[in-house]
Formats: sequence, C-alpha cells, structure tokens
Amino acid sequence: MSVNNLSQLNGLTGNTPLHAVSAHHAPVTSISESLGQMSAEKIIEATNVSKWYGSFRVLTEINLTVRKGERIVICGPSGSGKSTLIRCFNRLEAHQQGDIIVNGIRLHDKMRNVTDVRKNVGMVFQHFNLFPHMTVLMNCMAAPMWIKGVSEAEARKTAMRFLERVRIPEQANKYPAQLSGGQQQRVAIARSLCMEPAVMLFDEPTSALDPEMVSEVLETMTSLARDGMTMVCVTHEMGFARAVADRVIFMDSGKIVEEGAPNDFFTNPQHARTKLFLSQILSH
Amino acid sequence: MLYQDTVESEVLVHKPWFIAAVFAVVLAVFMLFNLTGTTFGEFMRPVIGDPEQSGLYGRFAIAFMITVVFCLNVVFIAFAPLKVQVGIVWLELLLLFLAFFDSFNLSLPFISENLPYLITQGVVTTIYVSAISLVFASMIAIIAAVAKLSSNGFAYAIASFYTSFFRGLPLLMQIYLIYLGLPQLGIIMDAVPSGILALSLCVGAYMTEIFRAGIQSIDRGQWEASRSMGFGFGLTMRRIILPQALPVIIPPMGNMFISMLKDSSLVSVLGVWELTFLARTIGQPTFHHMEMLITAAIIYWIMSACLEVAQSRLERHFARSKVR
Repeated sequence: MSVNNLSQLNGLTGNTPLHAVSAHHAPVTSISESLGQMSAEKIIEATNVSKWYGSFRVLTEINLTVRKGERIVICGPSGSGKSTLIRCFNRLEAHQQGDIIVNGIRLHDKMRNVTDVRKNVGMVFQHFNLFPHMTVLMNCMAAPMWIKGVSEAEARKTAMRFLERVRIPEQANKYPAQLSGGQQQRVAIARSLCMEPAVMLFDEPTSALDPEMVSEVLETMTSLARDGMTMVCVTHEMGFARAVADRVIFMDSGKIVEEGAPNDFFTNPQHARTKLFLSQILSH
Repeated sequence: MLYQDTVESEVLVHKPWFIAAVFAVVLAVFMLFNLTGTTFGEFMRPVIGDPEQSGLYGRFAIAFMITVVFCLNVVFIAFAPLKVQVGIVWLELLLLFLAFFDSFNLSLPFISENLPYLITQGVVTTIYVSAISLVFASMIAIIAAVAKLSSNGFAYAIASFYTSFFRGLPLLMQIYLIYLGLPQLGIIMDAVPSGILALSLCVGAYMTEIFRAGIQSIDRGQWEASRSMGFGFGLTMRRIILPQALPVIIPPMGNMFISMLKDSSLVSVLGVWELTFLARTIGQPTFHHMEMLITAAIIYWIMSACLEVAQSRLERHFARSKVR
C-alpha cells in the first residue's frame, strides 16, 4: 500500500506523494530515494491493526508500511499508542485485529517461533535495558553468539566494529553502570546493530537522557540513517524528525491522525490536533 | 554506613551525660547480684576484707569496680579506628563466653579424648548431609520458583501446594513422616537418605520463595530487551535473569544455608551419627553432658562462621558490576 493511499485512508488531503517531496529536505539522502520509494521492498506492513488492553482500545485500525531504507518518525502526545505500536512490530505486544507482516513473516497469536522475526528487528529502549552484569562488549556479543550461533572471535569482531561505529570502542570492557546515559544508549544501539537487523525500532531513545547527552545519541541515529538503515523512531525530537525522517506520523488516541513529509508536516499541518500538538511542543 | 552524611557525628560514648547514664545503669545492674562469693570477691579482699563478712559494702565495692572497668573500656575503645574497635569488642565478647563455659568446670581431657571422633564421624556426617540436601534443595527451589511464576495452572498449583505444605509442617514432623510414613507405602529408606530427603524438601520450600523474590526483583526491561533480541525463556533465565538475581538472593540464601546446617541436627532422631547425635551419646554414659554439648556447639559455630565468610566473599564478588 503506498503512502499516498494511506493518507487518503486517513481522510487527509493535500499531501503530495513522498518521492516528489523528498527533494525538499536535502540533509540526508537515502537508498530508498535513489531506488524510488514505491519499488523498494516492504519491511513492515501493518494493515488495520487494532489492540485492546481489556476494554480500552489502544490502537485503532492502524495502517502503516515501512519500506527498505525508509526513516519514519512517530510522534504524538503520551498515551497515544505510539510506543505500543512499535512494540507490536517485534511482538513484544500482541495485536488483536488486523495484520502485521515483518520481513515477510506474519505475526499472529499462534506463531511458534518469534525468534526469526526478532533477530531481524533491532529495538532500542527508553531506559537502555543493557544487561548490567555483563561488560559492554559482552552485551554486544551475546545475541550474535547465542541466537545466530556465531563464533566468539567473530562476535567480538562484529561487536568492536559496531562499538566503533557508535564511537565508544574504548569503553568495551566496562560495565554499563560505569557509563553515562548517552554512552549507555549508544551501546544499546550497537548491541542491536550487532544482529545486523533489517529494521531498527527506537522507543523514545532520548527521553531518559540529560539534555547534553541527547545530541550524541541523535548524531549516532542520524549517521545510521545516512547509511541507509531502515528506522522507525518514536521520539519528540522534532529537529531530528525534520532533518532525517522520510515521513512523520502523528498519532493521537490510538489512531494515525496525520502523516506526511517533514516539511509539509511542520509547516503546514492539516489537522487541528496536530497543530495544537506542534504548537505545544515547538513553543518552548 | 547506615546513615551517610558529610557532617561528622559526635562520639556518643564521649558525652559526659551518656557515660554517667551508662555508669548508673551498669552499677545498678551489678548491685542486683551478690558477687561476694565469687572470684570477684576474692579479688577485692584487700579492700573489703573477708568477702563473706563485707555485706552491702562489699557488694557495692565489687559492682563499683566492675562498672569503672566497663566504662573505661567503652570510652577507650571509642578512640580506636573502626576495624580495631570491631576486633577488640569481638575478642572481649569471646573471652567472656569462654569464661562462662569455663565456669562449668569442664573436663578438658574428656573433650580432647573424644574430639577426633566427634570430627571424623560427626562433623563429616553433618557436612555430608547438609551439603547434599543443599544441592537438592536448590534444584527443587529453582524449579518450584519458576513454576510458581508460570502461567501454567498445574505447575503453579503443585508448586504452591508444595511450599505451603513443607513450610507449614515442623521439620521434625517431616523427618518422622518420611522415615516412618514412607515404609507404609512400601518405600523403605535408610536413615541418612530419609534425613536428606526431609531436609531438601523443607529447605527447598523456603528457598523457593527466596528464588521467586529474586527473580521478581529484576527489572521488566531486562525481560523485554532479551525478548526483543530473540532470547527464549530458558536462555533469558539462565544468562540474564538468574545471574542478576543471584546477588539479591545471596544474603537470604546464606541465612538458609546456616540454618540448614543446624537443622541437620534434627536427623539425629533417626539415629544418624552426626554431630548432635554423637555429642549426646558420647556424653551420656559418663555424665559429661556439658563437655560434649559445648564442644558440639562450638563446632557448629565454627562451621557457620565459615559459611558467613563464604557469603561475604560472594557478595563482594557480585558487587563487581555495580561499581560506579
């Protein structure tokens, strides 16, 4: 399903197709643009996804397609279901209605082996969730060794490569508690990258950080984006969204209210709820 | 330190009012006892004359001397650095205890004559029984803890019934039930295996709760991170959750180990030749009860102390990843 169709589904008008807009934001060029948006392989495809907590409906008929190389930012007020949505993409949460297909595998209640999905979907959490009893290096080596069956030497090599990628190879033998919040989050990113996932999910990666550490994490994410990683980020960092995202999605009360290219989204929001949210978040 | 602050606290025992209060209390306490007939009385003979005849004056003089020594001791110890303080107080308490035991007029030759056998037979059996029970109890506990946390109705029911039953019955009763009850079903076990079985089941039930609490103390985020990387239940438990739960459960486990070491004395009712059984049977015929009981008590204490040391070593080892 194309982005254009999506907008129509959500009752929005005035959105130009993405490939036409992408020229407006120059800072990052992605593979997806060079390949042409519509032809790229679908990594995540969510169709009519709904989810309830008891009788409370957290997600209402969400339609979202993430193509290879695409960077998507999801924002919205707290409790709007944005975290829940991306947690459905690696089945940390179960959805009750609709279809989610990740990397060609359909997520459903009766699935026996969710590992095939999860080893291709990296996730970065708000509170890092590093394993405190292991060194930084071991945190990065664990999943490749235990899940992929990679040899220790090779896992170490991969881990060091990605620790260098996030610019903290010198901390490899320390424990997570010895690092600053920003460093811990970068280790968490490296840990996910070590599995060489098809898509990275970021669940508010900077909201538990001190202000001066936000930028180092955002820089790491930006450089990931520059290398063509497929990313879905839940974040309130609007500067990041403007510079990096191919599409910004605004959610409220479990629905996608509006989506569009960052330029359109920020300069010309269509929906009253979006305008209110943006005015609140950008006013300070 | 319990209450860490940058403000230096005043030393309590260097405050005049406190010393006066301690002095008054200790004096009053020792005035309650008539010590004129003891070694203290003999020691004070130059001052109070014949202790038997000294009456209230003698009593006061002895109590006064003891109080003065006590207060001086406290005041001087307070000047020493922490480690020295701990050492001196330990030593003093130990000496007091030895003096207390000495007052029983124990026959030392009898002790030294029987000590080797007490150790080669009694201590070895005690350690053997407790160590094996410990291993079994830990295995039972970890399985039962996982069962109690699972969403499987059967597993939960069995595990909770198990902990309820074995925590609810006196250990002595369990030992009898297993030794005398199981033969009724045609299962005949020797005394040592039944003792081990009873101990494992009982201690395992307590440990179940310790493990459960330890597992639950780990942040949900650790489970989520593990799941998000594709770790299954077993892998997450083995490599992520249990290693983090271990430091949490070590202090209560240390408690468990020590109390189990001593509870193993209950299997003496089955005629297992462990420490308590031997101490009783060796002492009885010659009426040297106290000799053997005190010796056994001290041996138990030494073994517990070793476990304490092991526990604190382990705690230090696991504190590694918490450094800042």
